[in-house]
Amino acid sequence: MLKIDNLHVRVAGKDILKGLSLEAKAGEVHAIMGPNGAGKSTLGNVLAGREGYEVVQGAITFDGRDLLALEPEERAAAGVFLAFQYPVEIPGVNNTYFLRAALNAQRKQRGEPELDSMQFLKKVREKLAVLHLKDELLHRAVNEGFSGGEKKRNEIFQMALLEPRLAILDETDSGLDIDALKMVADGVNAMRDPARAFLVITHYQRLLDYIVPDVVHVLADGRIVESGDKSLAHRLEEHGYAWIAGRKLAGAA
Amino acid sequence: MAAALLESLLTRRDALPPPRAAAAAALLRDGLPGARDEAWKYTSLRALEQRRYAAGDAGAATRAVDPAAFALPGIGAPRLVFVNGAFRADLSDLAEAPGLALTPLGTRPDLLAALARSDAAATGAAARGQAFLRLADALAADGALLRVAAGARVESPVHLVFLGAAADADLAWQLRLRVELGEGAALRLVEHHVAGGENAHLGNVVAEHVLAPGARLDLVQIQDAAPSSTLIRSSSARLEREARLSAHAVEVGAQTQRHDLRVELAGAGARFVSRGVFALRGRQHADTHLDVRHDARDTASDVVWRGVADQRARGVFHGAITVAKGADGADAQLGNKNLLLSPQAEIDTQPVLEIHADEVKAAHGATVGQLDELALFYLRSRGLPREAARRVLVSAFCGAALAGLQPAALRERLDALLAARLPSEAVPT
Repeated sequence: MLKIDNLHVRVAGKDILKGLSLEAKAGEVHAIMGPNGAGKSTLGNVLAGREGYEVVQGAITFDGRDLLALEPEERAAAGVFLAFQYPVEIPGVNNTYFLRAALNAQRKQRGEPELDSMQFLKKVREKLAVLHLKDELLHRAVNEGFSGGEKKRNEIFQMALLEPRLAILDETDSGLDIDALKMVADGVNAMRDPARAFLVITHYQRLLDYIVPDVVHVLADGRIVESGDKSLAHRLEEHGYAWIAGRKLAGAA
Repeated sequence: MAAALLESLLTRRDALPPPRAAAAAALLRDGLPGARDEAWKYTSLRALEQRRYAAGDAGAATRAVDPAAFALPGIGAPRLVFVNGAFRADLSDLAEAPGLALTPLGTRPDLLAALARSDAAATGAAARGQAFLRLADALAADGALLRVAAGARVESPVHLVFLGAAADADLAWQLRLRVELGEGAALRLVEHHVAGGENAHLGNVVAEHVLAPGARLDLVQIQDAAPSSTLIRSSSARLEREARLSAHAVEVGAQTQRHDLRVELAGAGARFVSRGVFALRGRQHADTHLDVRHDARDTASDVVWRGVADQRARGVFHGAITVAKGADGADAQLGNKNLLLSPQAEIDTQPVLEIHADEVKAAHGATVGQLDELALFYLRSRGLPREAARRVLVSAFCGAALAGLQPAALRERLDALLAARLPSEAVPT
């Protein structure tokens, strides 16, 4: 489904990703772990199409299409979703209005009929229940005045509603207490599906106790330096990222 | 030497009755404000000064006007319609409301003369600053007097329509409006400037609002004049004890517009709330001057304005608050945020706070910025196309100026009016 080949990305004149390759198939959950500054968030932003991220080399294909040639909204319509590390507050824009406009814009691009407000609300109610979110959040402006946990849950709620084919979670666990973490994990697990892939970007192994990955990648200094099954996450937790750096040095020697 | 504008308008000044002739003579003597006048620093009248207009519209009574041009949801009668500066009984509806007296001034030269306000003896900047007031004093041939009796609460909003209709020549018209609310009276008023066809007229409207103790005026000012027209408006309000003025303004029309709004909080406990927005594009120019004076104890002003400029438009917001000596307990809040949608657009904002009292709560802030790129990306990442995302953000930005506006149907209409204007066109990427 997703194929990233030798990706080099520069941000503000600085090389951040330096030859990252990764392949994820439908139905898989891939965890991407790594120390601060390794390029984890850059990867998420590049996949979603944020401006200011200059791809200097490499390619990304999504369902065989050149993802880098698409605008952010085209990627969304194609099924790419990024749960932001820092969800953006948008004062004055009602959450429900925004979500319906977004969903219908995607459906329109895909040539599907738009949902009327009754159909939309029905869908909203189903998804809210799964995430234990209060109705009240829907009537507020997008993320405005939300607590950190509410913002992250709102991201997962949006994901549930938009039903992407590729969901990228950028440090969705950061700043969450254990209850919120479980709700987020429940939301993600409820969406696991043979037709859907997840990239779970995280600094800590903790989230992976609840969202069990099929593959764990270690991202360090702009590259995937190690991939393995879920036990790799536990080894990282035990030994720290320095252990990877040490192994890399040993391998190079 | 008087400029073409004044010469063309004041040719028959000798025929004017005394107070009007004095205003005309003073205007010819002192002229219009120029670049040296601080209050007109950002709005040059040089081009206007050189233009010639026909004074008033001889055909105003018969110009065809489609009432759809000024229809507003939730707003019916009473309604007074002025076309090219002249009252049109056929388009108006002077529906009676208990306690409300509506008097068109076209047949009342005595009242018009009594409303002359300018000071012919003024000199220098003070004289030039009242140039348009003098122009109205000299030439206003129509207008309206609205009186609400003490204790009367008028239910239906009064709709005042100022419509510029296409004519053979470019016209200059002057209108005078006076609104008087008796003690404890309440009125809702919609002042609506609108285009009835392409025109490049010059409109000049002087509006005075006087609120007796405990009176309440809800004012909605909608400026959607023809894109080539020029509109000069001087609004003033005087609030006695415990009076309350709530004003909403939406300014999207005219090529060049200047709006002065002076509010005097003259009685203890008087309160002024102002919400406003201008949204400009093309080469539009809008200059809004707000001047709030706290002259009594425990008075409050709360001003929130938004400005948006696209393409090569130019916006100016001047918000001055003065708290006089002895006006203790005053609470003055002013916030002005502006959004530039193109690198060629410009907005100048000047918040001015002058405090002479001791116990005062005052805050003011002003910003000029661009659309938040991160917010734009966030919306697009959820599937909204770029233009839709821009519209959502601009509309939300302007929304703060419409908060609380009643009726809701009118608020939605104004929201749509703003959304239709901005952002203008797709930005090439």
